[in-house]
Amino acid sequence: MTTQHKSRTLTMAQAISEAIGQEMERDERVFVMGEDVGKYGGIFSATTGLYERFGKERIMDTPISETAFMGAAIGAAAEGLRPIAELMFVDFFGVCFDQIYNHLAKNTYMAGGNIKLPAVVMTGIGGGYNDAAQHSQCLYASFAHMPGMKVVVPSNAYDAKGLMVEAIRDDNPVVYCYHKGIMGLSWMSYFEGSTNEVPEEAYAIPFGKARVVREGTDVTIVTLSQMVQKAVLAADLLANEGISAEIIDLRTIVPLDTETVLASVAKTGRLLVADEDYLHFGLSGEIAALVAEHLDSIRLHAPVRRLAVNAVPIPFSRPLEQHVIPQVDGIVAAVKAQLATPIGL
Amino acid sequence: METTSDRLLWMYRTMVEIREYEETMAKVYLEGKLPPKIQKGLAFDIGAGPAPGEMHLAAGQEPVAVGVCAHLRKEDTVVGAHRSHHFAIAKGVPLNAMTAEMFGKVTGLGRGKGGHMHLFDPEHKFSCSGIVGAGAPQACGAALAARKLGKDWVAIAFFGEGAANQGAFHEALNLAALWQLPVVFVCEDNKYGISVEKGDSTAIASNADRAAGYGMPGVLVEKNDALAVFEAAGVAIDRARRGEGPTLIEVKTDRYYGHFQGDPETYRPKGEVKELREHDPIPALGGVLRAQGLLDDARDAELRDAIKAKVQAAFEFARQSPYPDVAEAHQHVFAD
Ligand SMILES: Cc1ncc(C[n+]2csc(CCOP(=O)(O)OP(=O)(O)O)c2C)c(N)n1
Ligand SMILES: [Mg+2]
Repeated sequence: MTTQHKSRTLTMAQAISEAIGQEMERDERVFVMGEDVGKYGGIFSATTGLYERFGKERIMDTPISETAFMGAAIGAAAEGLRPIAELMFVDFFGVCFDQIYNHLAKNTYMAGGNIKLPAVVMTGIGGGYNDAAQHSQCLYASFAHMPGMKVVVPSNAYDAKGLMVEAIRDDNPVVYCYHKGIMGLSWMSYFEGSTNEVPEEAYAIPFGKARVVREGTDVTIVTLSQMVQKAVLAADLLANEGISAEIIDLRTIVPLDTETVLASVAKTGRLLVADEDYLHFGLSGEIAALVAEHLDSIRLHAPVRRLAVNAVPIPFSRPLEQHVIPQVDGIVAAVKAQLATPIGL
Repeated sequence: METTSDRLLWMYRTMVEIREYEETMAKVYLEGKLPPKIQKGLAFDIGAGPAPGEMHLAAGQEPVAVGVCAHLRKEDTVVGAHRSHHFAIAKGVPLNAMTAEMFGKVTGLGRGKGGHMHLFDPEHKFSCSGIVGAGAPQACGAALAARKLGKDWVAIAFFGEGAANQGAFHEALNLAALWQLPVVFVCEDNKYGISVEKGDSTAIASNADRAAGYGMPGVLVEKNDALAVFEAAGVAIDRARRGEGPTLIEVKTDRYYGHFQGDPETYRPKGEVKELREHDPIPALGGVLRAQGLLDDARDAELRDAIKAKVQAAFEFARQSPYPDVAEAHQHVFAD
């Protein structure tokens, strides 16, 4: 962060729309398509104020036709434009996934590198506010599972702006996932840590560089998105009990900053992955496998632990929802259990 | 419902019940969601209160639900979308279990796991979902099943004019016409898909015109009027029951509340709702009933009191019911 320039406190939603607006000013190939991105300013305020500034030719409200506008993003990107297509909730990818994974993600490869698709798929993720099974998923690992898409998952306004700038400038498809519960919306409870200082000028944060949110010595908590904010609160509670947790915010999962993760786990000897996506066949397993593959150079003091949504759709009922989505107390409990469970043999 | 006057009365009563339900929900929904009891700096907290999450109300759209459902039997299937309380009520889904579901209680239709957008009542053959456009193909499946089972049951897919731009809708229309399925597609044109006006999402004025492209009749009901819907739906449903295939009906209707409760509605012209409410379809049907001697002040007051009590009882039931045990979160991923 350059200190000679002005910065102010922004919500993540403000940071995202500021980044998009600045890139639109800088590059007239950039435009936005999606449901309610225009007059409404985006259901989660990711495009607030842009319609008034850039008009309906560049901030395009679409019909509820995700396949059509996702496919249109591909076609426009192939022609050299730089579309940002907002999929209102990531859960709706089901409607348009063919365009995303069979085309957007693969065309560059199938064309032997002769085609560039500089498109951003921007989408709202996450639960915690009782929107139930079809509007609360994270699903970022599903995109990451399939080759050809970069996947960005910011946890705070500063990162959100820099990563959006990078996403727009990247010549590849980027899936940009903002968690609704850290956008700083006036109508949803949120984590204050996600609203922070953001420089006024545009800046890019390179992909594949995790951030050490907090240094520690007893355990490495690898996490991302809203869960970073929960991990910070958990680390405070743990610190009161003399437990020192290091928190790694992945920021992007494709590319994945394996170095930072491995270096941290090598230092602490314990890995907890705290994730809001589904537990199985996903991000937490990937991080655990990464560490397992490097046990020649890492000595673990405890088995790896994973916190994530364990094999159930997100239930509506508040106590059930809060139970299946990992919370601050769950992180605290998992770390304590880990400290009490040395490696066997 | 044997006679026409029975059906008229049923439609009126059911419209009053839907309106009472939605107006009650509109208020109860806001409980616990407003300052000062919520996080500092928030104007509203969607995840708080007895009925958390999104809430799409259907006040104003009652004629669509009752005009169609007045022709249905218990064995007929109704598939709704995200805004579906009116269809559920008109299809006979019990208010207690439906309300408890929206409170996330174990006595709810889905033991609290589904919530307001995901109401499942197999007994009354009703379901709905939060994915726009998803219902039309599923209604085709119910219609296909009826035929395979040798029954004269029909299936209704209700959805908004916004949903009529989804691929799933167009694929379903073709399938239904190709297979001559006993299904009726009923599109509620309430002018908006969230903030987007129909003219900004749809290249033609009437979705009924799209029916021709699939080889089925298309009917436009121009007025938010229960009798007009009743008439159009009657023709379509009879036709479907006789095995003569699907129909697409579009009804011009009115959304009295925001897209969801808490919607700032800045996209909506000032005074629009007030103007719409001047053409309230409930007193309009009441007038017809009065003219036929089926309703008077005393009878109206009596039925409204009974409905108020029924709705209050449903909300009370929901409040008093327990939440599911958290262990239940891990049950029902698969059928037993
Ligand atoms: C596949 C999908 N895309 C987008 C949404 C978000 N969404 C929910 S309701 C809605 C508008 C629907 O409009 P319409 O079909 O006209 O129904 P109405 O809300 O007017 O009853 C939108 C865009 C969704 N739930 N599902
Ligand atoms: Mg609509």
